[in-house]
Amino acid sequence: MIGYVAKRLITMPLLLLGVITVAFLLSHFTNADPLTSIVGERQMGNQAVVQAAKERWGLDRSLPEQYLIYLKNLLTGDFGVSFRTKQPVSQDLLARLPATLELVIAAMLVGAVTGVTLGVMAANFRDRLTDHFARLFALVGSSIPVFWSGLILLYIFSVSLGWLPGPGRLNPRIEAPPFVTGFYTVDSLIAGDWSKFVDAATHLILPALALGWTVTGIVSRMVRGSMLDVLQQDFITAARAKGASRMRILLNHALRNAFLPTLTILGFSFAYLITGAILTETIFSWPGIGSYAVAAARGLDHPAIIGVTIVGGAAFLLANLATDLAYLAVDPRVRLGGQSER
Amino acid sequence: MSITSLSAPRFHRPEWATAPVILGAVIALFWVVTLLTVHWWTPYDPTMLAGMRFSPPTWENWLGTDALGRDVFSRSLYGVRQSLPIAIAVIGCAVLIGAVLGALAGYLGGLVDEIIMRAVDVTLSFPPILLAMAVTASLGPGLRNAAIAMVIVWWPIYARLMRAQVLAIREREHVEAAVASGAGPARVLFKHILPLCWSPIIVNATMDFGQIVLLAASLSFIGLGAVPPTPEWGQMISEGALHFYRWWIAAGPGLAILSIVLAFNFLGDGLRDILDPRSK
Repeated sequence: MIGYVAKRLITMPLLLLGVITVAFLLSHFTNADPLTSIVGERQMGNQAVVQAAKERWGLDRSLPEQYLIYLKNLLTGDFGVSFRTKQPVSQDLLARLPATLELVIAAMLVGAVTGVTLGVMAANFRDRLTDHFARLFALVGSSIPVFWSGLILLYIFSVSLGWLPGPGRLNPRIEAPPFVTGFYTVDSLIAGDWSKFVDAATHLILPALALGWTVTGIVSRMVRGSMLDVLQQDFITAARAKGASRMRILLNHALRNAFLPTLTILGFSFAYLITGAILTETIFSWPGIGSYAVAAARGLDHPAIIGVTIVGGAAFLLANLATDLAYLAVDPRVRLGGQSER
Repeated sequence: MSITSLSAPRFHRPEWATAPVILGAVIALFWVVTLLTVHWWTPYDPTMLAGMRFSPPTWENWLGTDALGRDVFSRSLYGVRQSLPIAIAVIGCAVLIGAVLGALAGYLGGLVDEIIMRAVDVTLSFPPILLAMAVTASLGPGLRNAAIAMVIVWWPIYARLMRAQVLAIREREHVEAAVASGAGPARVLFKHILPLCWSPIIVNATMDFGQIVLLAASLSFIGLGAVPPTPEWGQMISEGALHFYRWWIAAGPGLAILSIVLAFNFLGDGLRDILDPRSK
């Protein structure tokens, strides 16, 4: 087990290097001319402008040279300058990270609450109508395009019912709360501004619901499975024989034992949520890294695309590593010898 | 016992034919038939004016019209002509490339194995949609490039599966017997190992089919796939997102994607029960 952990930790930097290399190669074996997107179509005939741009972005060096320069810059946290925003990519990403994290954490809460509730219900009413309904609801959540479910939620709760605000992170007429954590909900509470908190929280609900629903299924399947496992064991029979109520058995005995696997599956869902955030942010005009990635891809903004791809890959790798290690810590039976590894 | 139940021919429903599997098969069949015949029976041409702009659903336009007055229902049906062929091509290429490389890695081992599997590891280190976006952006937007990107994102899954299968089956006794009786490596691989490797790959490919349709639509939604006048589901939802207070614009394509993802999920479950009864 220690050997496995050590191996995972050693391969981690190598995989990261692989991620960086792929991202770098991608941006350079490109059909679209990055020059055009810096200079603009009209100026492409102007030699002086083109030359200046080439020198400024290092586009006239050889590929290995560019790669080494890029690696060296990465080590100092320099991802280059975005063609589109004219800002350092790292600065853009840092400025947008809190919005994405706030959304992903809220979505994770939604996924956890709905997943555990549905999972417990499904296990309790195994193979009955409630079970089927709970499983269908979870399955639809993981099958529906999040960029459509987001629109449905917007239409129902914002347009038709008018209960919740439309896209965005805050009402445009309200100023952002003073920066502490970057989470508008938390920062507005720290500033003691209740109405701003309500505005930020209500803006967060719909995107969090849309994104969270995509992982409801992963969580509820896990909860249902482990609850059913636990419910068959002797100590449950013993508890029942001693007269414990069904509710008490479900929540105190079974759910408690299903708790740890559920916690680790949430780590797994984090990787999913990073992915889903890209599309959810686009629908809800959420100013996070996901909508930044989409804008960069649309605008062929190469430094920004590489930056987001590397950061996304790193986050994905870390989330998966954390989940695997958590599994190991929680369930020593999972000996990841040869068969499931690789 | 009544006469009828004795005389009526009794139909034995196979165990795998559950309600979801049948539903999945019906939906998949519907879309395949639509793919082949859609140009004969849709009420309107998908790129022509079919009524007022932004008309809500009426008897003339069952799912209303979009910002250019085109019929959403007809466009939703026509969308299958983009999504299904692309998903078939992507799954086909990904399975082929993945299976060949995975089999080589598992059978040859050593350096070949190491190189192929490290490439797999690195590719799977990316969130799929992010890598697909980056690849499409660097190849240049368009459905063909989006398809190439999806193959690049998806082949490692099958390479891993295939390698694991080959490794497991290589150790079986009938392979040992074949080697002992003098069969060459190619013969052993093709005649004795590969024929036994396919079932998990077929099951996974079926389940992934819906995910590929979804990913293709996502890329078009972002603006990296289909080009505007083409009726494509992701593209249509992205137009619907601009006018989200008119729900019907995105409803058709949204339902279409959802139905395909669900259908292939159910079908994959059914196939698994047929091909690998032990997994139940």
